[in-house]
Parts: sequence; C-alpha cells; structure tokens
Amino acid sequence: MRVLMFGWEFPPHITGGLGTACFGLVKGLTKQGVEVIFVVPKAYGDESKEGFRLVNASDMVMDFTNVKYQEHWNRIKFLEIGSNLIPYVGPEDFERLKEEEKLQVTSEGQSVFSERYQFSGKYGINLMEEVSRYALVASVIAQQNTYDVIHAHDWLTYPAGIAAKKISGKPLVVHVHATEFDRSGENVNQTVYNLEREGMEEADLVITVSHLTRQIVIERYGIDPEKVITVHNAVEPVDRPEFNEVRKHLKEKVVTFLGRVTFQKGPDYFIEAAYKVLQKDPDVRFVMAGSGDLLNKMIRRAAQLHIGTKFHFTGFLKGAEVDTMFALSDVYVMPSVSEPFGISPLEAMRSNVPVVISKQSGVSEVLKHALKVDFWDIDALADAIYGLLHYEGLKKMFIRYGKEEVDNLKWDNAAGEVLAVYNQAQTLVH
Amino acid sequence: MRSICLYFQVHQPFRLRTYRFFNIGAEHNYFDDFQNRQIIKRVADKCYLPANKMMLDLIKEYGSAFKVTFSISGTAIEQLQQHAPEVIQGFQKLARTGCVEFLAETYAHSLASQGNSEEFIDQVKQHSDTIEQLFGKRPKTFRNTELIYSDAIGEMVADMGFNTMITEGAKHILGWKSPNYMYCNSRNPKLKLLLRNNRLSDDIAFRFSTVEWPEWPLTAEKFTGWLNAIESREEVVNVFIDYETIGERQWKETGIFDFFKALPKSVMSNSDFRFATPSELTDVLQPVAQMHVPFPISWADEERDLTSWLGNELQDEAFSKLYSLNDKIRKISDPSILKDWNYLQTSDHFYYMCTKWFSHGTVYKYFNPYPSPYEAFINYMNVLSDFMIRVDNALLMEAAIAPAPKAVRKKAAEKAPKTVRTKPKTTTGTLVEEEHVVKSSKILSAKKVAEKSAKATVKAPKEKATEKLFSSLNVEDIITLSDAKVKKIIKSMEIETVSAAMKGAKKEVREKVEKNLGKRALKTYHELLKQIKTIHESEIKKSRKLFEKQIKALIK
Repeated sequence: MRVLMFGWEFPPHITGGLGTACFGLVKGLTKQGVEVIFVVPKAYGDESKEGFRLVNASDMVMDFTNVKYQEHWNRIKFLEIGSNLIPYVGPEDFERLKEEEKLQVTSEGQSVFSERYQFSGKYGINLMEEVSRYALVASVIAQQNTYDVIHAHDWLTYPAGIAAKKISGKPLVVHVHATEFDRSGENVNQTVYNLEREGMEEADLVITVSHLTRQIVIERYGIDPEKVITVHNAVEPVDRPEFNEVRKHLKEKVVTFLGRVTFQKGPDYFIEAAYKVLQKDPDVRFVMAGSGDLLNKMIRRAAQLHIGTKFHFTGFLKGAEVDTMFALSDVYVMPSVSEPFGISPLEAMRSNVPVVISKQSGVSEVLKHALKVDFWDIDALADAIYGLLHYEGLKKMFIRYGKEEVDNLKWDNAAGEVLAVYNQAQTLVH
Repeated sequence: MRSICLYFQVHQPFRLRTYRFFNIGAEHNYFDDFQNRQIIKRVADKCYLPANKMMLDLIKEYGSAFKVTFSISGTAIEQLQQHAPEVIQGFQKLARTGCVEFLAETYAHSLASQGNSEEFIDQVKQHSDTIEQLFGKRPKTFRNTELIYSDAIGEMVADMGFNTMITEGAKHILGWKSPNYMYCNSRNPKLKLLLRNNRLSDDIAFRFSTVEWPEWPLTAEKFTGWLNAIESREEVVNVFIDYETIGERQWKETGIFDFFKALPKSVMSNSDFRFATPSELTDVLQPVAQMHVPFPISWADEERDLTSWLGNELQDEAFSKLYSLNDKIRKISDPSILKDWNYLQTSDHFYYMCTKWFSHGTVYKYFNPYPSPYEAFINYMNVLSDFMIRVDNALLMEAAIAPAPKAVRKKAAEKAPKTVRTKPKTTTGTLVEEEHVVKSSKILSAKKVAEKSAKATVKAPKEKATEKLFSSLNVEDIITLSDAKVKKIIKSMEIETVSAAMKGAKKEVREKVEKNLGKRALKTYHELLKQIKTIHESEIKKSRKLFEKQIKALIK
C-alpha cells in the first residue's frame, strides 16, 4: 500500500507534538510495509527519511497559466481571509515572526502566484496564504504520484487533502490531533473551524487521537460517529543513558510543568497547587518550562504568592534541554484544561519520572500508572504531588510499572490500527 | 452421618475520608462517617436484617437440626451498634437459640498476624471479650482475617487456648488431598483445622447469579445432589462465605434467600448430611493428617495467598510504616489514638492498594471507594502521617507526666492555684510553675515544656554577685547532689542539651546522669551520644553552660 501524506512539520523542525507524532506514525507504517510519500511545506534537508519519501512543497514548480490550477485556485483562495491567525505562538514570538516575515517578503518579493513559492512552514502571519498555496501544490503532487490513500494531519493540511482527493478520487483520511476548541477554548476562529469541518466532512474516515477528541468531533462538528475512529498516539522508545548521569545540583526535589504556557495547558492550576505544597513543605522546587501568552501573568502570580525563590521559569526548552529537564525532575505535572492527547507525560515516564495528569487529557485514557486529577481540583493536584514527593512506595511503583507501560505504547501498534483504517477507507470508496 | 458447616463472615471497615496532605497535623478525623453510615444502613436493610430473620425462622422451623456459624468483626460490631442496633439484637436472638456459634477473629479485621504477634494476640483478646460480652459465650474457634493461615499463625492461635481454627482448603497446599476432613496444625497437633470447600462455597458466593455459568440456576436440590456426589468416606463440607453474599452481593432478586430457605429441608431429607458448628465438629472428628503451611494462605482470588493485601510496594510501605508504630503505641493510653490505631489496621485499606486488577482486568470483588490503588495509597499515607505525629506527641505527653519525680509534681500541684493569679517572683518558682501550668492545660508537648523552662532560666535576672559566688561550679558538681535534684535539673532541659553537656565528662558524672534519666529519655540519650562527634564545640560549651546554670539555680 502507498499513502500520500500531508503534514505541516517534521522533526527536528517542530513546534509541538504534531511533528513528533507524524514522524512516529510514518516510521511505524513503514515497518508495516506501507510506502509513505510525506509532503511538508518546507523541508530543511536534515530531516530523517528512513524508508519513505519526503516531498518539499517549496520545490514544486507551478504553471499558473494552466487552466485546471486556476479553477482549483478559485475554489480555495477564500482562505486568504483572516490571516492574522497565529496558533501555538506567544506574543514575543509573534513580534519576532512578523519582523522576520516582513524582511523575507520584501527581499524576495515573492507572491502566491510566482512559479515557486517559498513556504515558511511556520505558523506565521501569512499562515492562511500558505495553507491555500499548500493545497494548490498538493494538487500537483497528487497528479504526479500514484498512491492508494490520502492522509492529512490537522486542519492546515485538510485543504491539501481535499484537493488531492478531488484530483485522484482516492479515499481521504483526516487525522485530528487537535481541534480549534482545544486551541482557543470557546473563542474559536471561525475560518479555522470551517476548514476543520469541511475536512472532516469530505474525509471518508476521521482518525482522532483520543476518545475525548472523538467526542468533540462528533458533538461540535456534527460528524457521523460511524466514521470517526480513535487511534491513540504512542511514543518512540528511546533509551538515552547519558541523561541518567545528569547531575542534580539541588538538594530539593523538583516538580516540573513542561509545555506551552497557554490557557489550555492549565499553568495557573500548577502554580496554585505549588503554593499549597510549599506551605506544607518548603523543600521543593517547582519549574515551569515553556513559553506562551500566559507566561507573564504566571510570573506575576508567582511573585504575588511570594514563592519566587522556589518557583522557577526556564522559557522554551527544546531537544536535549527537554531530556535534561526530565532527568532533573522528580514529578511531572500536566494539568491541561483540554488536551487532545498529550505526549509529554509519556516522555516523562520514559525517563522514570512519575506523572500527574488531568482527567481532561486524551493520554489519561491509555495510562494506568499515572495519578489522574480533574484540572480544576487544585487540592487533589497538590495532594498527588505531595504524595509522590513523600511516599517512597509510590515512586517505586511508578518506576517499576510506568516505564514498562510506556514502552508498550508502540507506534508499531498504532500504525497497525491506522493501516486498518486505510483498508476500511478503501472499501468505502470502491 | 456426615456434616455440613455453614459459616458466614460479617465485616465492614471504617472507610477513610478524602484526607489531603494539608490536613496533616491539623485535622484528626480520618473516617468518612457519612459514607460508612450509609453503607452499613444499606447492607443492614438488604442483607443483615432479612438474613438474620431468615436464619431465626429456619431455626424455629427445624430446631436444633439447623446450625449456623458467624464471625463478626469488631469494626462491624461498632458500626452496627451505632447505626443499626437492631442487627446486633438479631444476632443476640440467634445466639439465644443455642444453634449458633460465634467465632473469634482480630478485632479490627486486621493483618496483625503478619504485622506483630503482640498486637495480634491483643486484638484477638479484645474481640473475644466483645463477643463474650454481647453473646454470652467466649469463642473457642478462631478464624483469622480473610482465613489467613500458616503453621506459625496456627501455633500462636493454639497457644492462645483455641482448639479449632478454620482456613482455606487451598489447592496448592492440599494437592491430591480433600478439604472434606478435619486436619491439624503441624507444629501443635492439638489445634484442629477445618478447611473451606472452595468449589461449593464459591458456587454460592460468586457464581450463584452468573447466567453464563452452565449450572445456573443453582437450586437447593442441585446443591444437595453435589453433596451426595461427594465420596461417602469424606466427613465434612465447609461452606464458608461472606454474609453480605445474601442480599447484598447476590441481590434478593437472584433468589438467594429462596435458596437458603430451601436448603435445610433439601439437605436433611435427601442426603446423609447434617448441619453442625465448628465446636461440635471438633468434639466428634479426629484429624486425618497434619497440614503443612510454611507460607501463609488465604481464601482470596485464584492464588489463595496474601497478594491482595501485601506484596506490592505501596502495600508494603504502608504496612511497615503502620506496624513500626507498634512499640510506641504500647506506651500510650490515649483512647482516641488506640481507637484509630485499631481502625487503621483493617485489611480493606491494603486491599484498596492492590494492583493485581490492572493486569487481571477483573472488577473489584468488593466495594472500593478509590479510582486507583495510587489514590488509595496517597490517602492512607496522608492519614498515617498525621497519626504518626499524634503518636509521637502523645508519647511526649506520657513521658512528661509519668517519670517526673513525685515531689516536684506535688509541689507544683500545691502551687498551681496561685499560678493562675499571681506572677511568680523567683527563678525556681517560674520553672516549676510554668511547667505545671503547661501540663495541666495539656496543650503543649513535653518538648516545649522543656524549652520554655530553659528559656525562663536564661531570661532570669542575672545577679552579678550570685554569678561570682557560683563561678567555680561546673557540671561535675552534680555528683554531690541528691538524685531527686539531678532529676529535676535534667527534666528542666532538652535531652539534647544534657547529652551534649556530657561530652568529655568523668565516668561518675555520666553515671549519675544516666541513672536519673527516664527509660525513653535514656534511649534517646544513647542515640545522641553516638552522634556527639558531629556536634560543634561551641554547641557543647553552650550546653555545659546551660547545665551549670540549672545547677546554680537549684542550689541557690
């Protein structure tokens, strides 16, 4: 079987869990004997490409005099509207991105209608423009290749998926890693919502990363439950013994929050719980690693509570820094208000760090050896943290069972389920 | 003539409330009174009351031909007395028929047989006392929590004067042997053993309402047929189940009451089996063999071992922390602490921490108030942490009251009324009176008492003349003082100060101090001496000075 897959990012150039998940899935599929053509807006050349083709949309040459493309463009160009949308990016980053893009655009002077379009592949101010151009390029790629199934990851690539389906008539599977409700709460961006819904409606089958997300897809997007299938994410089994050697310079135990500091991740609940724990036991340090639009507010709150000497902010961490952070941690906390899946607790458990996760996360559906609390229940959250720090038996249990549990959440298994979805999609079309 | 022994276990734990870590040290009410009351009332309505009535009716109908045996845990008795006293009255009515035997067990339905033999013996005694008081007869047959048994437990039970014990007919122990005989303990053959026939017991307890079970529906006639199918030489069938099976775990609608109502008649008219209690069986049956059980067995799950309560890291930590308190508890008389100590030992708390179900995927056999064993553990450990603090405080209190010399206490008592109104003038007065005020108010711990009195002395007005007069005095001079005075001096200081001051002191001086220390203080003192090297010289000097000051204050 051959799959034409549309993604937005690919390791090592990632901003969130999407790229990591795509990478794991592609590797798993390749092991199952599936050929994957993976299309990204912009390839940097240093991506790992074991056993599959990575297509750089920025390399595609398009002739706009071709009538067919013009028709297609007419159909999708409404996407240009409302292009100030920048998900996943904090205020400082937004300023920086805007500056960068201004520079780029003026120097290269490129337009959407030039023969070659240099995608940024980021979530910048020209995002909508890029999404529509990406869809256009997709139609070219769709025509030039042969494949059995089209698979599109998240709304950014849904127009591309739809375009490819229109051209080839092959079944389309869209993969929902997150919905607009997870990203923006109730203040949804209508353009994005419409794109998401169109993608799900046009798709022959919809894959969601958790039952939680499946429920949102059914209830908020009105999609037929019959065609929505949950395939839980997995995690790459990586052993990095060098991080076991990381020296701890602090005598206190460390409790870590790692992720974007945004409303949906619940950083405020983490601070309030930290305050409760510190009142009882001052020999603990709390770390908030990551950045986001709530970061300044969080710093202010920590100061207000007078826990500044015990509560630390690291800013955005990536790559090896993340692993070092895990190696330094005694407890990992993910108090997300809304989390379609949430792969980071699995990474923490892989490093033998016990985790506390919110019941409002997809990952809580697959984990047994984790403490689960309601995100709003600060008392329960604080209690779970305190328990993990003070009662040795708990830690021992987590180390004994947690790693084993995570190691069993293999992408190979998830890929097997995705393959079953492909097969089902094919029967639907024929 | 062969026998069938029907025995029912009655037990309810005191379930814990949600107890957060920030309650530690602040709140000492551990139990979910609302939930516990609700559950005991519900089970009383659905099971205990109607089942007791049924048993009484059966005894009225068949007279002494129908026999039944119960064991009721102390925690169940207390809750029934509080919230459903009519159930206890029902059991008393049953007791008066003479057709019912009540067994002994650990008061708190605890795992004390695994934790501490001293505690185990105490609890069994406490339970036997309760049963004797309620039902008029001291039990002679013993059942351990969850039918836990081993050679060692059996030996202990025999030593306590029981002649019979009941346990599980575990396959891995019996091998080819049948549970349907009387056996005996391998270390003390005087203790007879009755073994549970787990197939027939579980047919009623677990499979009764399972529609997928090929034998469903189970009727009294069918059950009698199975009894008849047992080889004729085999002597006794022991059906040991939880009483809650009737009406609570197997609902009334499943026909469980009808089954038991029909059973006596069916057995008596269609088989050669007759109903008997363990004590009756002990009188008539001789053991056919010794049973060797080096490792404990129980009636639980397929494994019939202790892994539902002990063995994983959570259970082991909680259990060892709990029983590490045993020695301290023995020195405490505070009834509220002893009560909680009892309730915290109940086996159910450890059952909630079992992780076996993760792999089995089976549902909990019993009601479990926690979403996962981790929550159960954290909650229990929070409670235990608070309990440990209370135990330590209570110990200090006891130590503060007990070993103080009579003279001092008497003197203090005389002065007490004055203390309330007048301000003390002299240094010594301050010392004694303050101590007494604190003690009588019972708010501050003994440690604080010592700190306070020490402070009081330090703050005492420094009269230069006096200082000069006693400037030659030092720690060594205590040899010349009476024991009572030395005791008084020591009592006025932290034990840490005393130990530090003893560094480098002459042998006679040390002996003088040591013989005037309380038992507990002496232990701490020796421990502290071991660490004395780590203590800074300046600290030691300070301690000596403080010591000398106390001597001077006293002599003056």
